[in-house]
Amino acid sequence: MAHDVAIVGGGVVGCAIARELSRFRLRVLLIEKECEVGAGTSKSNSGIIHAGYHAGNGTLKGELEWAGNQKWDTLRAELDFGFERIGELMVAFDADQVAILEKYRDQGLRRAIPGLEVWDGERVRREEPAISAAVVAALHAPTAGVVNPYEVCFSLIDNARANGVDLMVDSRVTGIRRDADGTFAIAVGSRTVGARFIVNCAGLYSDEIARMAGAGDFVVRARKGEEYLLDKRLRGMVKKIVFPCPTPESKGILVIPTYDGTLMVGPTAHFVDDKEDRTTTAAGSDEVFRNVRRVVPGISERDCIAEFAGLRAVAAGEDFIIGPSEVKGFINCAGIQSPGLTAAPAIAELVRDMLQDEGLALEPNPSFVPSVRKRVHFATLSTEEQIRLADEDRRYGRIGCRCEQISEREIVDAIHAGARTLDGIKFRTRAGMGRCQGGFCSWRCMELLSSELDIPMTEITKRGGGSWIVCEREEGDDA
Amino acid sequence: MSEHHVSHYLCIGCPLGCRLEVEDDGTDIVEVRGWDCKRGERYGREEHTDPRRVVATTVKVRGALWARIPVKTSGSVPKAMVREIAKAVRNVEVEAPVRLGAAVLTDVLGTGVDIVATRDVERV
Amino acid sequence: MITDEIRHLARAYDVVISGGGPAGMAAAIGARSQGAEKILLIDREREAGGILWQCIHHGFGLHHFGEELTGPEYAQRYLEEVLENDIDVLTDTYVCDISPERQLKLMSGRHGIAVVDAKAVVLAMGARERTRGAIRIPGERPSGVLTAGLAQKFVNMMGYLPGRRVVILGSGDIGLIMARRLTLEGVEVKGVFEIMPHANGLNRNIVQCLHDYDIPLHLSTTVVDIHGRQRVEKVTVAPVDGALKPDLSRAWDIDCDTVLLSIGLIPENELSRKIDLRLDPVTSGPVVNSTMETSMNGVFACGNVVHIHDLVDFVSEESVLAGRNAGAYITGRRPPKDNIRLLPGDNVAYCVPHTLSSEREHIVYMRVRKPIEKCSVRFGEVLEKKLRYVFPAEMVNIKVKPQFLENFHGDALRVDVVQR
Repeated sequence: MAHDVAIVGGGVVGCAIARELSRFRLRVLLIEKECEVGAGTSKSNSGIIHAGYHAGNGTLKGELEWAGNQKWDTLRAELDFGFERIGELMVAFDADQVAILEKYRDQGLRRAIPGLEVWDGERVRREEPAISAAVVAALHAPTAGVVNPYEVCFSLIDNARANGVDLMVDSRVTGIRRDADGTFAIAVGSRTVGARFIVNCAGLYSDEIARMAGAGDFVVRARKGEEYLLDKRLRGMVKKIVFPCPTPESKGILVIPTYDGTLMVGPTAHFVDDKEDRTTTAAGSDEVFRNVRRVVPGISERDCIAEFAGLRAVAAGEDFIIGPSEVKGFINCAGIQSPGLTAAPAIAELVRDMLQDEGLALEPNPSFVPSVRKRVHFATLSTEEQIRLADEDRRYGRIGCRCEQISEREIVDAIHAGARTLDGIKFRTRAGMGRCQGGFCSWRCMELLSSELDIPMTEITKRGGGSWIVCEREEGDDA
Repeated sequence: MSEHHVSHYLCIGCPLGCRLEVEDDGTDIVEVRGWDCKRGERYGREEHTDPRRVVATTVKVRGALWARIPVKTSGSVPKAMVREIAKAVRNVEVEAPVRLGAAVLTDVLGTGVDIVATRDVERV
Repeated sequence: MITDEIRHLARAYDVVISGGGPAGMAAAIGARSQGAEKILLIDREREAGGILWQCIHHGFGLHHFGEELTGPEYAQRYLEEVLENDIDVLTDTYVCDISPERQLKLMSGRHGIAVVDAKAVVLAMGARERTRGAIRIPGERPSGVLTAGLAQKFVNMMGYLPGRRVVILGSGDIGLIMARRLTLEGVEVKGVFEIMPHANGLNRNIVQCLHDYDIPLHLSTTVVDIHGRQRVEKVTVAPVDGALKPDLSRAWDIDCDTVLLSIGLIPENELSRKIDLRLDPVTSGPVVNSTMETSMNGVFACGNVVHIHDLVDFVSEESVLAGRNAGAYITGRRPPKDNIRLLPGDNVAYCVPHTLSSEREHIVYMRVRKPIEKCSVRFGEVLEKKLRYVFPAEMVNIKVKPQFLENFHGDALRVDVVQR
């Protein structure tokens, strides 16, 4: 039997739509090409819930940024992921830039965004002493926040699945055709799955998916952003997200205090031709640290513990492309670059309404449960609570990852929640994300994956595919 | 009288790494220079005439905490045979418990040297 | 016998040692020798002994035991001594926190969450390896880029290979040792690449690990790009100029499936930072006085958690001292306070301990920044010691006797290593 809706692409937008649709009596399938959801743009991103004033009026981005922003508190309460409204500062170095701040403030005030204020330099440095003395003013927006974007994807899909959504991973869509009865036949490798409606959230590849169905000839390009994570000993050095005032010359390198308390600096923004080019570069590193030091002079390359690059999916005209296509029942959700993460919950509701307009009947799912079981963050519990849990299960007492203080039980839970790779464990628990970058714990995480999933060590990968970690030793001579 | 020749070696006897000069007259060693201790002089002579090494590797162990147990040659073996010996030892399997010093393979490749465990492992 | 393990965890100890590697074991024995009675040695792994178990090669113990041992032999000898001294060994346990009153919070796979009181604490958590992020190697992020120590664990303990065609970045000792080790396991080691003009490991290891197996060592050369989207497929390497800037016009590619990093160790300072010890920005370890006591009363530190050693024998030597002082601390026999600060001067990166007492004999450990032949170590005007050569890879240790210090009346003594 065909699914009612097939969602192509399990990034944050696909996962949010899947979860939104799980509120209704529908057969929903999410198809993801990587071995886990959130593995592309959604993972390698700045993790910012934007304040709501950035994107211009008259754009979809502008409409959905503030609408999305307001949905994150409920989402967090239901789905238990890291999110905190830490606020942001857009800083200005001269009077011209102050005028730009004021323009942004007024744009925000017209949207009735609360708390927007332009601070003078003295106030800025009182709140954030690490900011350069050359900063003369800043726009403060308390509505901005940070999330762990990969956790959001995991929580959304876990909840969607608990409410009946089907998930296919390691599944690349290779063709889409329409059968005589009007349903779509979607080729996934050697299999074919059927669906009455398709939502295309395929990120960098959403142009290819649209073309397969004859549902659009837009082009999506990849704009790369390199990010550099700093040692957590700098925790508290900067407390709010800090942006430079956008100028034609500067693409805007940010200081982001992540939800987990590390500082992240970046991203760069340069188009690349290859949609798989996630390389970090010496030039990117120079650009990031040179620019960030203008705003926060105390930041140094020496504190870098890891770097990565992500690719934004950019459509011509720079705006989101969300809406029905010339093919009835096929909805595009493309070009979702920043503020796509912020907007994702609003996009999900918009797409829901569009599906209804296209003829999908939305009958509430009476057994819908909006929440997930709360995960244990052992290190953040009170000692009494820790004692109780560790007495119940000694694996809470065994340290798994020292740098981030993750217990072995949390790692096992992550495996049972669906982690099949080292990255799967890392992005669910933070084990391996700290300053040793897995040097201490990855062998143990591999042992746990091997025993819990009953697979040999040689089949364990970093992130699926051919990313194996160890191989068998060569046989010697018979002794 | 044949020509004297000086060869240079770096002593591996200890972390000091003395830089040795071995002078020979074509047949015999005339002098070893540059050493800080007698081990260095001995090493220089041996390295010049019959270089030898102690080989450390691992063998498979069943029933223990880890999959491998460390072993070494009980004495030095000709340098030219090191790779061959390592290969010969690779497939040896032992059963825990094993005691430090226990031979896991005797007279490896006819060298007269045994392969011995370099730690205890308990049965788990 | 070496799996002995305490069954019952007491509420209070004289000395608790965090870390059961060579430093912790020596500190425990040192504390016992000074009369500490109840001693607890804690290790996070499933057996005490530390990294030595995976260092299966020779080269340990010549100073301490007078013969050359493998790492496991050194560990076992020490651990036997620990157990003969009736020291409680608690494995599978991690010290998460220490209060100013020296109450330790433990996370234990055996005892759950436990709290113990200590009259004195010794930190001996060792070191961790620097990673790719620390030097920001550009390129893709495939699997197959790992530290040499992790590879050593895979090969020597778990019985797997990290790959089949390996490039080693950095000429630290672990990298050199692994070049030989992997070669003996049938792995093709394509070369060792070192950005500095001199090797970082001991000369003996260059001879017996690289020369013996014809493995090339490329000095003043580094990895400038890593290729491969899933697994490493190749690396690009390039020579560097005097300012360590790569000359990309002379770069070349090497096919490989693995990059081993041997780019240095850093003190494992997770706990030291958490309890707010004063740290030395050069060593990244705690600042210690001549009794190896940190800025927190009754908390001592020794071994690689303080500064990176190249020989385990010196770790043991330093740690016995720390343990003895911890033992003396609880019995109230504290030595006179230090009155001289050491200031690292020309070609001296750091000195440990950071302060001395003019009334006692000390061993001062230091590391130089660049190699010099025929040189002198000078402690101000009071002491000069001639050395044949110094290398950054080899720690310098100098005995300083009280007779040299008794006529020194300042409070800071500058240490220089200069050409003679």
